[in-house]
Amino acid sequence: MDSVNAKGKCGAQGAPQPGTARLDVEEVRERLRTKQGPEYWRSLEELASTPEFEDLLHREFPRFASEWPSGVSRRGFLQLASASLALAGLTGCTKQPLEKIIPYVRQPEQLIPGKPLYFATAITHAGYAMGVLAESHQGRPTKIEGNPDHPASLGAADSFAQASVLTLYDPERSQSILHNGRAGTWSGLISQLGETARSLAGGQGLRILTGTVTSPTLAAQIADLLRANPQARWHRWEPAGSHQGRAAAIRAFGRPVDTRYDFTKAQVVLSLGADVLCEGSAGVRYARDFAEGRRVRAHHGTMTRVYTVESSPVGLSALADHRLQLPPAQVEGFVLALAQTLGAAPAGAAPPLADAKAQKWVAEVAKDLQAHRGASLVVGDEYLSPAAQVLVHGINQALGNAGNTVFYQEPVEADPVDHVQSLAELVRDMAAGQVSALLILDGVNPVYTAPADLPFKAAMEKVQLRVHHGLFQDETSQFCHWHIPAAHELESWGDARAFDGTVTIQQPLIEPLYGGKTAGELLAATLGNQADATSYDLIRQYWTSRLPGLTAGLAAAAQDTAGGGSNTTLLGFSGAFPGAPGIGGKPPVTTGNPAGGAMAGGAMAGGAAAAAAPGSPANNLGAGSGNNGNGTAAQPAGTAPATAGTAAAPAAAGTATNSAFEKAWREALHAGLIPATAAPRATAAFNGGAAQQAAAEIQAALGRAKPGEITLQLRPDPTIWDGRYAANVWLQELPKPVSKLVWDNALVIGPKTAERLKLTWHDTVEVAVGGRKLAKAAIWVLPGVAEDTALLTLGYGREHAGKASGQGFNAYPLRTTAALWEAPGVTLRALGGQYIVACTQNHHAMRGTIEHEDDVATEQAKARHVIRGGTLAEFQQNPDFIKEEREAPAADETLYPNYKYDGHAWGMSIDLNVCTGCSSCIVACQAENNIPSVGKDQVLARREMHWLRVDRYFEGDLDEPTFTFQPLPCMHCENAPCEVVCPVAATVHSDEGLNDMVYNRCVGTRYCSNNCPYKVRRFNFLRYSDKDTPVLELLNNPDVTVRMRGVMEKCTYCVQRIEQAKIQSKVDRQPIPVNWLQTACQQTCPTGAIAFGDQNNPEWEVSKWKADPLSYGLLEDLNTRPRTTYLAKLRNPNPALATAPDNTAEGAEHGHA
Amino acid sequence: MATLEKTGIPAKPYVPPIVGPGHTAGTVTDKIADVILTKTTPKWWLLGFTIAFGLLMVFLTAVTWLFVKGVGVWGVNWPVGWGFAIINFVWWIGIGHAGTLISAILLLFRQEWRTSINRFAEAMTLFAVACAGMFPVLHLGRPWLFYWLLPYPNTMTLWPQFRSPLIWDVFAVTTYATVSAMFWFVGLVPDLATMRDRAKNKAARLLYGMGSLGWRGSARHWHNYETAYLLLAGLSTPLVLSVHTVVSFDFSIGIVPGWHATIFPPYFVAGAIYAGFAMVLLLAIPLRVAFGWKDFITDRHLENMGKVMLATGLIVFYGYVMELFFAWYSANTYEIFMARNRVFGPYWAFWWALIFCNGFTPQLLWFRRIRTSPLWLFLISLVVSVGMWLERFVIVVTSLTRDFLPSSWGLYKGTIWDWATFIGTLGLFSTLFFLFIRILPAISIFEMRTIVPGGEAGDKITEVV
Repeated sequence: MDSVNAKGKCGAQGAPQPGTARLDVEEVRERLRTKQGPEYWRSLEELASTPEFEDLLHREFPRFASEWPSGVSRRGFLQLASASLALAGLTGCTKQPLEKIIPYVRQPEQLIPGKPLYFATAITHAGYAMGVLAESHQGRPTKIEGNPDHPASLGAADSFAQASVLTLYDPERSQSILHNGRAGTWSGLISQLGETARSLAGGQGLRILTGTVTSPTLAAQIADLLRANPQARWHRWEPAGSHQGRAAAIRAFGRPVDTRYDFTKAQVVLSLGADVLCEGSAGVRYARDFAEGRRVRAHHGTMTRVYTVESSPVGLSALADHRLQLPPAQVEGFVLALAQTLGAAPAGAAPPLADAKAQKWVAEVAKDLQAHRGASLVVGDEYLSPAAQVLVHGINQALGNAGNTVFYQEPVEADPVDHVQSLAELVRDMAAGQVSALLILDGVNPVYTAPADLPFKAAMEKVQLRVHHGLFQDETSQFCHWHIPAAHELESWGDARAFDGTVTIQQPLIEPLYGGKTAGELLAATLGNQADATSYDLIRQYWTSRLPGLTAGLAAAAQDTAGGGSNTTLLGFSGAFPGAPGIGGKPPVTTGNPAGGAMAGGAMAGGAAAAAAPGSPANNLGAGSGNNGNGTAAQPAGTAPATAGTAAAPAAAGTATNSAFEKAWREALHAGLIPATAAPRATAAFNGGAAQQAAAEIQAALGRAKPGEITLQLRPDPTIWDGRYAANVWLQELPKPVSKLVWDNALVIGPKTAERLKLTWHDTVEVAVGGRKLAKAAIWVLPGVAEDTALLTLGYGREHAGKASGQGFNAYPLRTTAALWEAPGVTLRALGGQYIVACTQNHHAMRGTIEHEDDVATEQAKARHVIRGGTLAEFQQNPDFIKEEREAPAADETLYPNYKYDGHAWGMSIDLNVCTGCSSCIVACQAENNIPSVGKDQVLARREMHWLRVDRYFEGDLDEPTFTFQPLPCMHCENAPCEVVCPVAATVHSDEGLNDMVYNRCVGTRYCSNNCPYKVRRFNFLRYSDKDTPVLELLNNPDVTVRMRGVMEKCTYCVQRIEQAKIQSKVDRQPIPVNWLQTACQQTCPTGAIAFGDQNNPEWEVSKWKADPLSYGLLEDLNTRPRTTYLAKLRNPNPALATAPDNTAEGAEHGHA
Repeated sequence: MATLEKTGIPAKPYVPPIVGPGHTAGTVTDKIADVILTKTTPKWWLLGFTIAFGLLMVFLTAVTWLFVKGVGVWGVNWPVGWGFAIINFVWWIGIGHAGTLISAILLLFRQEWRTSINRFAEAMTLFAVACAGMFPVLHLGRPWLFYWLLPYPNTMTLWPQFRSPLIWDVFAVTTYATVSAMFWFVGLVPDLATMRDRAKNKAARLLYGMGSLGWRGSARHWHNYETAYLLLAGLSTPLVLSVHTVVSFDFSIGIVPGWHATIFPPYFVAGAIYAGFAMVLLLAIPLRVAFGWKDFITDRHLENMGKVMLATGLIVFYGYVMELFFAWYSANTYEIFMARNRVFGPYWAFWWALIFCNGFTPQLLWFRRIRTSPLWLFLISLVVSVGMWLERFVIVVTSLTRDFLPSSWGLYKGTIWDWATFIGTLGLFSTLFFLFIRILPAISIFEMRTIVPGGEAGDKITEVV
């Protein structure tokens, strides 16, 4: 098609006239540089149709010039072909990265085809780093795994980090520099922006806009820039950042400090609408800490008690022992009442809570908190008003929690300012015409995300030069003169801090696919004077002076472990197994730094490979855990140079650095963090006066609240956050933990509100609040949302987001600087139409009555003992009460002999007690197993492909339920119903107990799926795997088949990992170390809710879990004898509240009937 | 009739004759053969064939699209892996039963009245089985690999998985199709010879001649024929019972509540006969009008078929009641819920419609007046055919939509391609049937000759009557 086009164009244009534009070789080179990537060949042909190209041809082949435009002659074809070849050569002339590349002249020592390498790096989310190990197959990153040594990860990762690898390859990523909507050049940008900047005296009128910046290098760069240009300004806008939290900290402590929690010490937790376990920079870490307190094992048992008071359910609510559902205003009233009861706030004239049940709650919760002084914790993050958060700080102070379960640290964010104010200032100045150049970095998208009362777009249009830098073209880039594609974090060097301040140096795993630039490179090239500085230079420059001192401690530790920093092989896999940690330990195949894993050769030659020089010290990660920040064993820097061996030290900027730095640098890269960089604890004195004022404020707000008015809650979306992940189809198709919606957001209301307003699922409404309107939003009715509350998540309704454009409803027009998260006085006007929203559980397609589906489902789930559980007290009284709940058939109740497992017997156990439903396991599974996304239409047709799903069950009253998450992978039944009915033996039982699926034998009768009582099988109804987009092929895990249309698939227990382990065990001639093998879901689970392993060996964690009295099999009365079992869910209700008619587990049993 | 009056034996009930008065071997032969050989193509045939052929094109379009895109063009989903295709398969294969039942079982029981309807009933069986047989292949995710279900020698020495009822199905259906085709063809041979002898067109003579396998009507021929036909009838008889029993195993072997039921085999077989007779009536009633064959397909035939429908309908209805009873009696959570869900769940309308069509409508057949009214019978047959389709829908779909785990419940709806495929097979069936009645004797000529006065059976019957 393209060639036809090209021909047509040429024919139409005829022979070029003399004097047309000459072909500038630089220009071609520049153009080609912007054309890298999978579009390459097609682009060449497009290129060939330009007048310049024709001109080139004429000069090159003047004798045949007239021949070529007149159709396809043999000579014309040969000319084109030879020109193509010549131009193809041109790409070879593009500037090579400055980091040294080692080609495959000899096989790199540690790069074994078929075996992945792991690189420690970090993925940031909203500015904060999550330490990860990125898996790389022959130079292409395919999977993200948590870094066990990193404090924000501990080996786990959230769904955003897991999905980042898809963003890297996203074919919709912006692929070339745009100038006024047309292809521009890097040099053009540098000259224009540089000139403009130089023309501005002292940077007057120069503005930089970023999101949250924690990168020390970028922050230093900006600081330098501001020093050089004192009139320039740096603005920040993080749409879902900690705005109210920062305000509250300033009020309570006089300065912005970060609040941190230590869940390991908390025995009673009260959460006030926050989702600290699933959201935010510390979510993964908190989830792990929190889970430890909730695990109950045989014959011992204390358990953290959790209360939640909230308006809409979040992940943590599923673990709550008591859940109180209040409209948003009353949640604040609850805080006030509690503060008053605990003496953290002065008693007011009127009781803040009218509701008798809430009052009882306040009394009992206060009692319980007080009984655990210093070991209790009240969590009220970002979404509470600053006043209420001040009171929460006050309560924690009053309970003596400060310093124990909650503490304060110096802000991790560089130069913490009030983002709202910062953005408002920018808009004001732009509107006033005081801004002449605006540089928007790292994909900030204020045209879409700015609060509605800040007319960002209108103001921005007054700026003479607008430059946008981001991974995607978006709403903002549409209105910018320049758009620069950003380099993905897996493509570039960088650094970032985690929630606790720990710095990770991010290293690239692949050369930028689309010639993207980092924010640092852009700044250095345009405003600094380093036109050619690469991110590698910048990062090394910054750390050259700082690193050696910091890492002396780690160096010592590494020396101890590795025995003198010898040049031994680093790959955990190719040597011996790394040390075998328990749950929460390492991923199985953790290797350290690539250690000379040069991935050069081919277009994917990585700077990463070259940068990480061979011969890094063999820091056995297995033993390295716990050494974080352990900087005591100081050893003089500079001893024992580690660069012995073959490798050349990285070239470029850092050649002259001393060996101490090189060593520290390599160690930092290897470990994935720089030790001793955590933020220091802040000495924060609580300001009692602030509490008084806050109490008065809340009292006043309560007075203003009108009964029956609906409050709009705005929240970042659980899967696409503030809209920045809208293009990521994995996240779009990841069911939102509680509502299970995909591909859309919806205005979520509770059943009572829905009944009152006569609205039901998919109805459309116009939402108006404070004079602002959202023209259309679909309704979703969700039990668990308080009355008079409407929840709408941010991030949808985007106009320029590729595939995701037009999905869902844009909440930003309803969001103002005064009401960032909550807006009272919402009116909903039914529009009479419908907008069908896709949901993966209980599709309410046919009948609209509110009770029907959920009610029947809940009742049946209970009758079938799908979720088993009880209270801690019941468990202590009779540990076997779960098993006695329903009898499982004995193993010999079968006509056929049971399978014998002489070797391994793989099994899995899932602890319902700690699952928060965060769903990162689903994304991990998707990445590991090449699972396709199917799109909204196919989800509506009920054809989602996730091998692992997280079921959600409501419990108790429809209006005020508690709920439970149940992850559901394949059960790998002993008596598998699927195996019997397959006519072609495409699903068979392995001698290790796996229920194997043989894709190439499957003819697709779907009988196995019908006969699977767990419905865990997934069928390729259409051709779901994208085999047409070349760049997405790079994403696939080479160890897993990409399935074709018409075959069944399902969870394999990550059989490829099992096989790798078995092969390794054969090579090493030793059994697979206990707990060494992990499935993808298990590895990434923040709470460690999944155990997997050899149930033939009692040493494995999974065997211990299965031996636990709480262990039960799902639907085991069918005698399927599932291999995947569950640990029953325990709650630890407060006896004083449990007797009240509320919705604890016990209350539900009786209350619902 | 006259005989009865003359003898004056009151004890004997009046049994109407199975062939109209005044027929001889000659008239019978003329009447049946002439509609093919001598008459010009009737307008109704052209019209009907055009419509049928149009629907056949719909079928081809639907199947082409299916092969291009994949089985996802249908409404099948997760958790409902089987939808229209399996419903239609069971429906068609059920319809196919009546032909063999009439031909084989009634032959063995010496029910002479079968003579005038067996030929086209058998043809109907063949065409219905052809329609049915396509669905299991079409519904595969990778239909081009359907032969993997056959135990053929291959380099991987892989056999089908014999525990799967789908494999039993393959054997049952192919055996049934083969035996039915042979039975039908063997029965046609003497008639093809008649056609050969009567045809004036050279090409027709040649074609009929080839089909008649050199039949000359010698005693030896007749002897061989009788033996072969009887053997095939004997072979077919157990097949009538086995095929639908095996088809029912597709469900009852599964553990899905609503499938896993021991009553399925007899209840499926009864349902198949029920549906089959309804279809025979749907074909016979217009046919006897169109060709003026009321003398051959008499009211007595219709009434007999009505009786069979009533009997099988009652068995089927008993099956429905028993399903509910078993669910209750089992005290099994899943079964009880399944029953409740069928009656009151999202697909309640289908279940109630099914009860109306298959439970209540056939009760009208208790009335002799209705049983002998072609119009009523036609309408009832239509309703029963719809009802039997609904029955399969209820069994296949409602059982799957809500099985064990409430989290995996989901609804099902056929898409336009589901309907196009289904309606398309109606087109295929009717196209084949129109062609059949135009080129082959739709009633067995030589067997009819035996039951007219002067024929070997005809005299006997007349005596009895």
